[in-house]
Amino acid sequence: MEGRGFGFPWTRFLLATRRALSRAADGMDAESLLLSLELASGSGQGLSPDRRASLLTSLTLVKRDYRFDRVLFWGRILGLVGDYYIAQGVSEDQLAPRKTLYSLNCMEWSLLPPATEEMETQTSVVKGRFMGDPSHEYEHTELQKVNEGEKVFEEEVVVQIKEETRLVSVIDQIDKAVAIIPRGALFKTPFGPISVNRTFEGLSLSEAKKLSSYFHFREPVELKNKTLLEKAELDPSLDFMDSLEHDIPKGSWSVQMERGNALVVLRSLLWPGLTFYHAPRTKNYGYIYVGTGEKNLDLPFML
Amino acid sequence: MQPTYEMAERQKALFSQSGGGEGEQEMEEEVAETAVPNIMEKAFYFEQAGVGLSSDESFRIFMALKQLVEQQPIHTCRFWGKILGISRSYLVAEAELREGEEEAGEEEVEMAEGGEGMEAHGEEERDDDDDDELMDAVPKPTWKPPPIIPKEESRTGTNRYLYFVCNEPGRPWMRLPHVTPIQIVQARKIRKFFTGYLDAPVISYPPFPGNEANYLRAQIARISAATHISPLGFYQFGEEEGDEEEEGGAGRDSYEENPDFEGIPVLELVDSMANWVHHTQHILPQGRCTWVNPLQKTEEEEELGEEEEKADEGVEEVEQEVGPPLLTPLSEDAEIMHMAPWTARLSCSLSPQFSVAVVRSNLWPGAYAYASGKKFENIYIGWGHKYNPENFNPSLPAPIQHEYPSGPDTIEMSDPTVEEEQALKAAQEQALAAAEEEEEDEEEDEDEDQDD
Repeated sequence: MEGRGFGFPWTRFLLATRRALSRAADGMDAESLLLSLELASGSGQGLSPDRRASLLTSLTLVKRDYRFDRVLFWGRILGLVGDYYIAQGVSEDQLAPRKTLYSLNCMEWSLLPPATEEMETQTSVVKGRFMGDPSHEYEHTELQKVNEGEKVFEEEVVVQIKEETRLVSVIDQIDKAVAIIPRGALFKTPFGPISVNRTFEGLSLSEAKKLSSYFHFREPVELKNKTLLEKAELDPSLDFMDSLEHDIPKGSWSVQMERGNALVVLRSLLWPGLTFYHAPRTKNYGYIYVGTGEKNLDLPFML
Repeated sequence: MQPTYEMAERQKALFSQSGGGEGEQEMEEEVAETAVPNIMEKAFYFEQAGVGLSSDESFRIFMALKQLVEQQPIHTCRFWGKILGISRSYLVAEAELREGEEEAGEEEVEMAEGGEGMEAHGEEERDDDDDDELMDAVPKPTWKPPPIIPKEESRTGTNRYLYFVCNEPGRPWMRLPHVTPIQIVQARKIRKFFTGYLDAPVISYPPFPGNEANYLRAQIARISAATHISPLGFYQFGEEEGDEEEEGGAGRDSYEENPDFEGIPVLELVDSMANWVHHTQHILPQGRCTWVNPLQKTEEEEELGEEEEKADEGVEEVEQEVGPPLLTPLSEDAEIMHMAPWTARLSCSLSPQFSVAVVRSNLWPGAYAYASGKKFENIYIGWGHKYNPENFNPSLPAPIQHEYPSGPDTIEMSDPTVEEEQALKAAQEQALAAAEEEEEDEEEDEDEDQDD
């Protein structure tokens, strides 16, 4: 580590930062996995004890092998034949793209390629459940124009799409659409890097019930469209991401208090299966996705 | 923090034991027979499958069920599951009342005003007729509302069990009303999230006859009919009573526990779906479990309506709807778009000798069942909707109706064209001219006669 060369107090600072980073948990930190699973259990799906045990063991090894700063348990995608367990590894910059790993038995993890736009267009034609077998290929017939000499005609071409590609793009879509974080957990310094806010003590009870206190954990898209009047009220060090208030369709988040106001649970109705929990006035928060990996396109009819 | 303290107070009441001095006697009674099942044991097995609420939440549900049993005359009950809603969620308990205990004061459900609106319009028209006798009678509407299919009796079919819901353990349990066939039929056509408030209206097309309590009850009925399964042999039919032939193949509707059930090995339960059977009746397209001919008139109507029968044009011969009989194995379930409707798994592949067989429904995501040895249980935790592989297509509005039937006096005739009118006019003028000439001829004849 380069820090050691600069003297004792510098090392202490680095170690303290690392500890602070590991305390904040979005996704589910492997170290606080058990507590997180219990808090998110209101949605009914969790992990069985053998999976929990194997997860704790294997995630520690993954952290060592891939040299991640933190490893988070992202969730479980239910397939017909088998389930995918997904974990994400985080490096030091919080908003940098994370590396995603998947496993079928919570023991052996394989790295997934990063998501590209091409993958997303390719997999948008695949519908239905995941099979649970990573080598499964979906077949999709397409009409493609084929040039043969001077003639141009359309031919039906069968395109094979691998399930791994679909997995990657679905995880990416879910992260971009519904991964959330409470306001104040991260802050932005004038120099640019986004770091964990060590003074974040949790949202207050009244703030926790409002959608505006939660942000999408991604590069802001709507922030620039706000009028100057709206921006005047925002704090640029804390409000640098899109809040949930302006999500379309309106009402796509279900906010509930469980355990008599001791826990606030947000569930996404657009991607059913995503549960975000936060205990107000404490530092505990996180989200997990346990579901079939399909977007709920019928949402406008259901509200 | 006030609501937190309120909730904690309510939940503290759950934990208080009833009766101080008679503690020992009551404990013996409770140990002997209790209507509340062992929720903690079932929660443990479901946890092996990765399903279920946390263990202290399960314990609170257990205490809440005990409270329910004390308040209502319940014979058996079980925890049916949890249905998630937007503002609040529902915990659902399935109960059977003691023999002879009728549910006092069943709540009447407000039916939608669809059918009644047309009748009121008809009445208005009749009033107009009385006033304007001189004018032509206004054609009466020929639309008749479809016959109402009677709901099933308590303790039979879809209304076999009584359902109680509460939002959180510690809150009072509310009883859900019985479900009517029309509610099930409409619930199949709509797809709405639950808000968490039982009296919220369900705004949809086609209009749902009832509020959220009825919609919730209809979904619970559908889920129970589709996903309540048990290992083959756990339930068996009772002794034959000779009713089978009379019912015309409608099948038996009651079952009892098999005392000789030995349990099926877990590996076999996972391998083949034929080892599981449905133990709730299938709901027919009509919305009931036993078929009822809607056109069958009761005895009173038969006396009065003989003339009407002859006049009824186009009475449809309604076919009897038949569904799969009780205790059909899961291997007979229809596939969803080439996808198996059930997924079976061992709870832990690393230790198969101590594993539990877990079956998950793909048709109703959130429905789970486990079986191990002689024990089994079903649970549902989810949003309460069926899996739809294609996008939801809401029903289109009905086609525009004809205003009136075309009869000889109300038929619309086309106006004569200009050429026809002119031809008619010309013909009339000719006839007039011819008549005038004849008159002149006659007058001339008369004049001539007079001259003579």
